[in-house]
Amino acid sequence: MSEMHSPSDATSSNPSTENRRGFLFAAGSTLMAIGGVLVAAPIIGAAVAPGILPEKDQWISLGAVTNWVPDTTVLIKFSNPGGAPDDGITRENACYVRCMEAGKFQVFAVNCAHLGCPVEWFSQSRLFMCPCHGGVYYEDGSRASGPPPRGLFEFAWRIQDGMLEIFSGRLPGLQEGT
Amino acid sequence: MSRIDLKHTALQGVRWLDDRTGILWVLRHSMFHRVPISAKWWYVFGSATMMFFMVQVASGIVLAMFYAPSAAQAYDSLVYINEQVPCGWMLRAIHGWSSNAMCLMMLVHLSQVFLHGTYKYPRELTWLFGVGLCIATLGLAFTGQIMRWDADAYWGLGIGAAIVDRMPIVGNEMRAVMLGGTQISGATLSRFFALHVFILPGLTVTLIGLHLYSVLRKGISEMPVAGEVVDPQTYEKAYEARVHKTGVPFYPDAARRDMVFCGAALIVLVGIAAWYGPMGPGALPDPTIIEASPRPDGMFLWIFAALALLPPGSETFLLLVGPPVGIALLAALPFISPRGERAPSRRPLSVLIFCLIATGLGVLTWLGMVSPWSPVMNAWTSTPIAPEFVAHRSPLELQGALEFQFAQCRNCHAIGGTGGMRGPDLTNVATRLSWDQLVRQIQQGGGNMPAYGKTLSSAETHALAAFLTTLDGGSLRAAIPGAMESQTARDAMPTSTNVPPSRSGD
Repeated sequence: MSEMHSPSDATSSNPSTENRRGFLFAAGSTLMAIGGVLVAAPIIGAAVAPGILPEKDQWISLGAVTNWVPDTTVLIKFSNPGGAPDDGITRENACYVRCMEAGKFQVFAVNCAHLGCPVEWFSQSRLFMCPCHGGVYYEDGSRASGPPPRGLFEFAWRIQDGMLEIFSGRLPGLQEGT
Repeated sequence: MSRIDLKHTALQGVRWLDDRTGILWVLRHSMFHRVPISAKWWYVFGSATMMFFMVQVASGIVLAMFYAPSAAQAYDSLVYINEQVPCGWMLRAIHGWSSNAMCLMMLVHLSQVFLHGTYKYPRELTWLFGVGLCIATLGLAFTGQIMRWDADAYWGLGIGAAIVDRMPIVGNEMRAVMLGGTQISGATLSRFFALHVFILPGLTVTLIGLHLYSVLRKGISEMPVAGEVVDPQTYEKAYEARVHKTGVPFYPDAARRDMVFCGAALIVLVGIAAWYGPMGPGALPDPTIIEASPRPDGMFLWIFAALALLPPGSETFLLLVGPPVGIALLAALPFISPRGERAPSRRPLSVLIFCLIATGLGVLTWLGMVSPWSPVMNAWTSTPIAPEFVAHRSPLELQGALEFQFAQCRNCHAIGGTGGMRGPDLTNVATRLSWDQLVRQIQQGGGNMPAYGKTLSSAETHALAAFLTTLDGGSLRAAIPGAMESQTARDAMPTSTNVPPSRSGD
């Protein structure tokens, strides 16, 4: 190593100096590594936190069960319970509630199972149609035609104190499969 | 102070500056470096791409002084910039159109480099940094569309999230990192804002630096000449000798053409920006407004089209594997083909690949604009059936025409050229399908059509089929056996009005 040093270094080169330099280098590397990890942890941690600590779904009330007329499907709006103040209008969300008979429901996400575009309900033909790539679903949410690999995503629902509630809080996707 | 003193002082100043910075050496090896004499008009597109990036940086910085990167305020701040900020609309127009221009110039530059075989030895790294710039530029264009924070941005993010979500095992986590949560929300806009104004521009500036440094280090390629092959053993020596002998300084010789082209391009940009104005914002990014028809910006229409046309069975595989493989192939190009001919006339395979890719992207972009696979969501209420298709029809057939509208058939089927294009045009359907086939198709669907058996009553189906059998193009002959013999079956039905299907009054 010593032949790589500049002339001024070479003059002061002896075993104890070498040891001290080696120790300083090792200590420096270790301190930099520890410091780097300590600084990087909160920086990277904050950026990837949503993937590691996802928000939990919650029961969201859509209104009194008596609001729904049997044999109808209607678009219902609700607010995301886990929203932040700066979400603005994107805090709002929507789902389709199909009431088969009193107390019996199906609740669909508005997002097409293909790539998430908003499907539109047509009560005359009893079809959901997607404006993006032409996915079509029957009134029970099953796939009718087009590129979707499955039927519409459904939310779990329950009736609590006379209110219809759905278990939601996230964008539906093929991975979780609802 | 006399003139000589002034000159002396100026020289002193330059010497001082050069001593402290080495600026003269830098200028000699950059601005005044020698370039091949054959580098003429084909070489202006890279400079134009960089110039439009500078326009993006300048206009972007000023836009950031007015734009509120918060989901609650972004849309309003864009409207404010458009309508209240002095020159604001022009600022947004320039930023938007310059983004398109930058992408376009980059594609032309990339095409030229590919067709002229410029990526070959010894310019592999120049090409690699260029591939990185291509990805960064497209990233800037996509994240820029998100900054618009309108319905297209919102649902475009939804599509991006759905693609990421399809990744095996980590899809859901990656989607959450991309969106900053489990929903498209304020956190999502903040993330894309950081990407658009810090991460991607920083990356782009770094890559431009490396790209230009590589260009200076290994030189600008000469125009390809058929028969002059690249041989790594001899190329660099011969190139340097030629440039030394016949080359010209970049400034002012080659820079003249860059200046003419870039100046003209800037003026055209300002003209287009003033004429067409800023891009959006479009409809509100309200997730509860279902009547949206999201479309990406022009640069990504081909992806939108591919997503509609990919076979569903292999869609996820192609979506996740296609882009990395494509980028890897592009990056590997100079290592796959480092030597040999550079002239397009001697590289038929490269020209063929280029033509196939260019045609493919062009056709997909056009299809993305037309999007024939999308139902026309409001056709059933906004596109009436033309009079000639309902004139002289029986009440039953007219009822069928009403069913055709009310059952949203119109959203996917055109009659007389108006209506959706997802399903076949039904102007002459009676010549191709018999009565039984029509009824079967309506009730059972198939061939990408939903079944209407549960939706339409038998009387409604009967009326609809009766109307469709009148769509025989006036005087066309049956195209298949059994077509246009429907009146027998129809007349036998008790509800028939027995009006002859041939319309003598036409």
